[in-house]
Amino acid sequence: MNNILVTKEVTKQFGEHTVLNKVSLEIPKNSIYGLLGPNGAGKTTLIRIINQITYPDMGEVYFDGELLKPHHIAMIGYLPEERGLYKSMKVGEQVLYLAQLKGLSKSEAKKRLQYWFQKFEIGDWWNKKVQELSKGMAQKIQFIVTILHEPKLLIFDEPFSGFDPINANIIKDEILNLKENGTSIIFSTHRMESVEELCEYIALIHQSEKILDGKLSDIKKAYKNNMFKVGLEVENAEGLLRELKDKFNLTSSHINPLDNQLDFTVQLPTNDSGAMLAFLANRANVNEFVERIPSANEIFIQTVQSKDANE
Amino acid sequence: MKYLFKPFKVKMQMNKLPLIIKREYLAKVRNKSFVIMTFLSPILMVGMVVLIAYLTKINDNEKRIIGVFNESNYFSNDFNTTESTSYVQFKNITLQAAKDSTAKVGYYGLLHIPDETELEKVAKHSYFYTKEAPSTMVVDKLEDIFQDRLRERRLQELGVSTKEYASMDTKYEINTETFEGQQNLKGINEIKAIIGGGFGYLIMMFIIIYGGFVMRSVIEEKTSRIIEVIISSVKPFQLMMGKIIGTSLAGVTQFAIWIVSATLLLFVAFSFFDIDPAALNGGAEITSGITGSMESPVPSPNETMQAYAQELYKIPWFMLICFFLIYFILGYLIYSSIYAAIGAAVDNETDTQQFIFPIILPLMLAIYVGFFSVFSNPHGPIAVGFSLFPLTSPIVMLMRLPGGIGEGGVPIWEVVTSILLLVITFIGIVWLAAKIYRVGILMYGKKPSYKELYKWIKY
Repeated sequence: MNNILVTKEVTKQFGEHTVLNKVSLEIPKNSIYGLLGPNGAGKTTLIRIINQITYPDMGEVYFDGELLKPHHIAMIGYLPEERGLYKSMKVGEQVLYLAQLKGLSKSEAKKRLQYWFQKFEIGDWWNKKVQELSKGMAQKIQFIVTILHEPKLLIFDEPFSGFDPINANIIKDEILNLKENGTSIIFSTHRMESVEELCEYIALIHQSEKILDGKLSDIKKAYKNNMFKVGLEVENAEGLLRELKDKFNLTSSHINPLDNQLDFTVQLPTNDSGAMLAFLANRANVNEFVERIPSANEIFIQTVQSKDANE
Repeated sequence: MKYLFKPFKVKMQMNKLPLIIKREYLAKVRNKSFVIMTFLSPILMVGMVVLIAYLTKINDNEKRIIGVFNESNYFSNDFNTTESTSYVQFKNITLQAAKDSTAKVGYYGLLHIPDETELEKVAKHSYFYTKEAPSTMVVDKLEDIFQDRLRERRLQELGVSTKEYASMDTKYEINTETFEGQQNLKGINEIKAIIGGGFGYLIMMFIIIYGGFVMRSVIEEKTSRIIEVIISSVKPFQLMMGKIIGTSLAGVTQFAIWIVSATLLLFVAFSFFDIDPAALNGGAEITSGITGSMESPVPSPNETMQAYAQELYKIPWFMLICFFLIYFILGYLIYSSIYAAIGAAVDNETDTQQFIFPIILPLMLAIYVGFFSVFSNPHGPIAVGFSLFPLTSPIVMLMRLPGGIGEGGVPIWEVVTSILLLVITFIGIVWLAAKIYRVGILMYGKKPSYKELYKWIKY
């Protein structure tokens, strides 16, 4: 089994409203899987189904090759988007309680907590009440609680919201670390920057349906449309620009007369850039020539918009 | 593969409920306001009683001075100064002058008795003038004086001496006995109902107070957003039950502390007022007390008290406490799971009002029906009906039970039926509440209507 989690045509309805419509996913082991989609697409419902907080009306979920059952809860760690802690409870007591709910023994939980509290340098928080902590501090505690029972599958729903950039980096490094150590991770977000950095695989959910999934690099390849970004140094920029516009499909251009700089983007008919390069070689000094790979964000917007346009 | 994990699963679920109960219990018990309430309430209660007694005493101590302007030939020796009232006689002035001077010196009022030939006419035309409407106590006192004189006069007319009249004034109380030959004491049914009512009232208070705690605890989990973290580890039903049980254990702790401290206070009070609690248990003494009372027409107050005490002692306390526990547990579980569902349905406490009223309604109804209907007729159709209806039975049935079960008391089938109905309702309500709870805890931002709650049940 190479997939930690498989959903087969999972459908969920709330009354008349269909929240998930036959969503099938395959989440490979030991990878970071981005679950993307606009707000209200059904991501959270899908995650709740995986966590057995709600149950699908139709379809099945398999965890590590077995049909998802209550005992799998101990092997899943979940950091929800709507997360919090008991405000009037002490930090130490609270993490112990939450760890025990996940099936850890008290002594084992204590041992592991010592390690993490040391690692995050928060050992002196143990007897503080949660209401004395800042939001970022509370988030660190929640992160520890999520991973403490060393689950096989971790699910993070918007994990970086509420973190300052420094702490966000610490958490990001920890997530990558966990992946290195063999944990599979589902990462739900609508913030695309973090997707580029972390995810190997993505699935795009829109209006209750999965509209795209696969390896991020494959998707990007599929979505690139032979756009090239070119930067030139040339004496007669305007003349060259006219020539270029005759021969090629330029989508934008910009001339900087001070240092004879001409920048443009061009749409080529095929991925073969030879003709373009040959044309430029005798006429100008090529400073920059790159293929524009669409960002996850662009793919996201493009897919969602084309889907909406088709309806 | 499937069976490999089974023991693990069972172990896990067994372990979690006690964990939740423990947390809920400690969270409640360590709460500062809970600690303060637990130890301060008995002191407050005693303080209140003392304060009320003190205030009543002050109120009674107020001395009133009443002016008496007596122009008649009657009542010359009737207005004698007592502890709370003194009388000042006016003579040889006009009524207006008497009124003015009474008001001027700040006396309580002026009683004017005009000069008439006959006592009846005098009485008829007498007036009591005051600045404001007079207190009934004062008026009663004055009326008594007139009544006594009038009666005396009529007796004279009839040729009966006062002494003869006093001997006529005998009270009579019929002796009652059950067919088995048990002597009944007048009013014992009411006393029994009050004891049952006390239990019923206790249940109602407990439900309202601790149901409210359960509800607030659910709302707290929602607003602090910890709920989703927890129900990704345990079933919502487990969390709900853990919360209800943990909170009620905290309540039981509180009640236990109150009962212990009340017993201590009572013991102190007994030794202070020199009452021997052991006398209440001496059966032989009391029997002789009752036979003794047959000889003299009016038993001495002490003997009556002993008889009542013995009757109270005969109430099947053990049975009563057992049934109290049964009805208490079932009633509390039903109501507190509704409270939990309400807490789950709303985002904050202010939104709970519309849902709480329908819960309190049957409780209030039970208390009122109990006090008005069960007192007068513990086995009438209304009492029976409400003691079978599951939402009111915990309170109403407990008011009926001090009369005993079986012959002369509540028929066994009624008890069994009401408990059965309670159990069925309990299962049904908890099931419904759990469904609302399960959906509600993950809903934020809007105040649901009843219609929506109904939809949630079907999800």
